[in-house]
Amino acid sequence: MRKRSETQGTRTDLLKDTAPEPQNGSQILHQQGPFGPFQAVSESLSVGRGGRVLVESLSLTLENGRALVVAGPNGAGKSTLLRAFAGLLPPSRGVWRVASGATDAQEPGAFAHYLGHTDASKPALTARENLEFWRAMLGLPGPVALHTPDSALAALGAPQIVDLPVAYLSAGQRRRVGLARLLLAPRPLWILDEPLTALDTAGQAILNRMMREHLALGGVVIAATHAQLGVDALQLTLGARDAA
Amino acid sequence: MSRSPLAALFLREIRVARRIGGGGMMGVVFFLILVTITPFAIGPDLNLLSRIGPAILWIAALLSTLLGLDRLFQADHEDGSLDLMLACETPLELIVLVKCLAHWTVTGLPLVIAAPLFGLMLALEPDAFWAVAASLAVGTPALTLLGAIGAALTVTLRRGGLLTAILVLPLTIPLLIFGVSAAAAATSATTPFLTPFLILCALTLGALAAAPFAVAAALRHMSE
Repeated sequence: MRKRSETQGTRTDLLKDTAPEPQNGSQILHQQGPFGPFQAVSESLSVGRGGRVLVESLSLTLENGRALVVAGPNGAGKSTLLRAFAGLLPPSRGVWRVASGATDAQEPGAFAHYLGHTDASKPALTARENLEFWRAMLGLPGPVALHTPDSALAALGAPQIVDLPVAYLSAGQRRRVGLARLLLAPRPLWILDEPLTALDTAGQAILNRMMREHLALGGVVIAATHAQLGVDALQLTLGARDAA
Repeated sequence: MSRSPLAALFLREIRVARRIGGGGMMGVVFFLILVTITPFAIGPDLNLLSRIGPAILWIAALLSTLLGLDRLFQADHEDGSLDLMLACETPLELIVLVKCLAHWTVTGLPLVIAAPLFGLMLALEPDAFWAVAASLAVGTPALTLLGAIGAALTVTLRRGGLLTAILVLPLTIPLLIFGVSAAAAATSATTPFLTPFLILCALTLGALAAAPFAVAAALRHMSE
């Protein structure tokens, strides 16, 4: 409970120009950020789709502030691997484990924001209604509001679309609504599948800044992308074995 | 300001169904069409109409409940919401139950309210009105819950509507039998009302207990 309230205190500053403030003089907590010690470990993880093994024996450890970029040609298994990381696909072999000091649960879904190819928005509802729903659905119990839907969309540079039905929005604006979800609930692990799709230059810059701030706060980012993310990241290239 | 996840889900489902394109009123309109064309097909034999009236109302309710069910999870699957619901902390069984409850509120409840009115067109006797309404009020939630199993199994199929109906209709036959006999009991001297009605209640409670688990298992399996 103690860490939750601290989370609220620091993360409200997200996307403002101030650096995260030191927390109550606690040196360890300052290093690890509001999420506490966080670790995502894969041990000889194998992931397949339809009987075909796409990723074999992947072992890596991601800790606070680390980013992983998954690259590779189309069909190499980037999205499949990310779905496995998000807990949506059971690995065919091996272990994917997420552990956080702040929470006891071991389900990856409880720690991760997953942004897939679609933005999980209902076209008939306005951007605010969609985001309010996801805040209630994904947020921690209790009044742990970091961003309201309005302030999250403002942070993404699109405050004018908050009252529009999502059906009227352009692809890039829908993407921003999808990305605004990341700011509504504090979760240490961001799993982003092609996050830059449909975003304009300004939108890409905002996303880069969001990711840098998330990493600075001790979060972990896993992204599948062909473009440059603009953050220091481990590089994992899939499908290289087949090409060689 | 911050709502509980399940209350927010219920509100979202109701909103989506009531907005344009949500298809919330489609079931009632289809129900009205079926009930309206029946007297034209059967002819002006009032005795015959009032005898088969409860059965017509039940068949119309069954078909119009199935009409919108194939989109119950498919829409969420297509826009990616289902992935997030599968991954979130709220148990999927509860999410399924709330989605079914919202779907029934939008599609089933209007049928229960409209059935006595539509019964007038079928020359139903006044005594039978409340029996039809009561049997539909108890039976339609079970129709929605059973239909949700079919909807979950066909969630990844583009045109799964007919397949949903084929999967679900055999399961609904006990409901139809006991629902119609309870509804018809009010006008018949030989059959009691309470016996088939209580069996109908038992079937609904059974569906309420079992269907969320079956639906959640199907959704987890289909999403892999």
